[in-house]
Amino acid sequence: MTVAVVRFGGSNCDRDAVRALEHLGIDCEIVWHADGLPDDPTGVVIPGGFSYGDYLRAGAMAARTPILAEVRAAAEAGTPVLGVCNGAQIGSESGLAPGAFTTNRSARFQCEPVRLRVENAETPWTAAFEPGDVIELPIAHGEGRFEIGDDGLEALRADDRVLFRYCDADGEATDAANPNGSKDNVAGVLGESDNVAVLMPHPERASLPDIGPTDGQGILRAFE
Amino acid sequence: MAAYTATVTVRLKRGVLDPEAETTQRALERLGFELNDLRSADRFELDMRADDAAAAESRAAEMADRLLANPTIHDYEIEVTEAPS
Repeated sequence: MTVAVVRFGGSNCDRDAVRALEHLGIDCEIVWHADGLPDDPTGVVIPGGFSYGDYLRAGAMAARTPILAEVRAAAEAGTPVLGVCNGAQIGSESGLAPGAFTTNRSARFQCEPVRLRVENAETPWTAAFEPGDVIELPIAHGEGRFEIGDDGLEALRADDRVLFRYCDADGEATDAANPNGSKDNVAGVLGESDNVAVLMPHPERASLPDIGPTDGQGILRAFE
Repeated sequence: MAAYTATVTVRLKRGVLDPEAETTQRALERLGFELNDLRSADRFELDMRADDAAAAESRAAEMADRLLANPTIHDYEIEVTEAPS
């Protein structure tokens, strides 16, 4: 029984995810996408990187590989599924999560720490936090601007599916604190049920005390 | 069966921010050009054999729906021409 960290050609946060999960004592293994998921995984991580060279759109190719059908089935069976960065792009491209992540407002790749406000703390991904908590995680993306139609955004708000919003030190979701122009400052959302989450910031890069802040641990504890 | 080229043009929906187009427009303005706006699009030319133009168009539409466009942010249009034999 293990958490499967799905590796595509171009994934580059797969080993970071394993290191962070192992630090928390969570059993996990890297799975090559063409080999499919192991039987009864206890969770699935779709890690960051540049799968298929970001051809066409970030995540577009990986989202249409056969393993995503397995991930979708696991998600529907209630298995926790987390998409981070390129994994979030793959998640939205595959229909696991709503909206789309596209070119940053700056048109540049951005690699920097950001603050996030916890919006919904009643999910496995945010159970370690209180609503309104401000946490710090790094981002590293060129296509992280969350886009969704007005009706879709309204539905997300109504269903309380926004997990995190970019915010300032006081927890205000201001335009200045929005690193990439995401609609409504959205940094991470739930899929159709709360066992599926996608987010652009990297919890696995903020989980080891030796290298800095550890706010990401709370998110990864959903796999415990 | 005849040979067709289905040209699929994928563009951002009206109102969706296009930072690359804005950057390109600013670069043109720095070169001294005057323009009011600039929109960019992706164009895919699909050569295929099909029973008729309608069949070629519907196959291209399925390709656009399943991969070439993301319906959250994109609209697309398709133009089918018969390839010269």
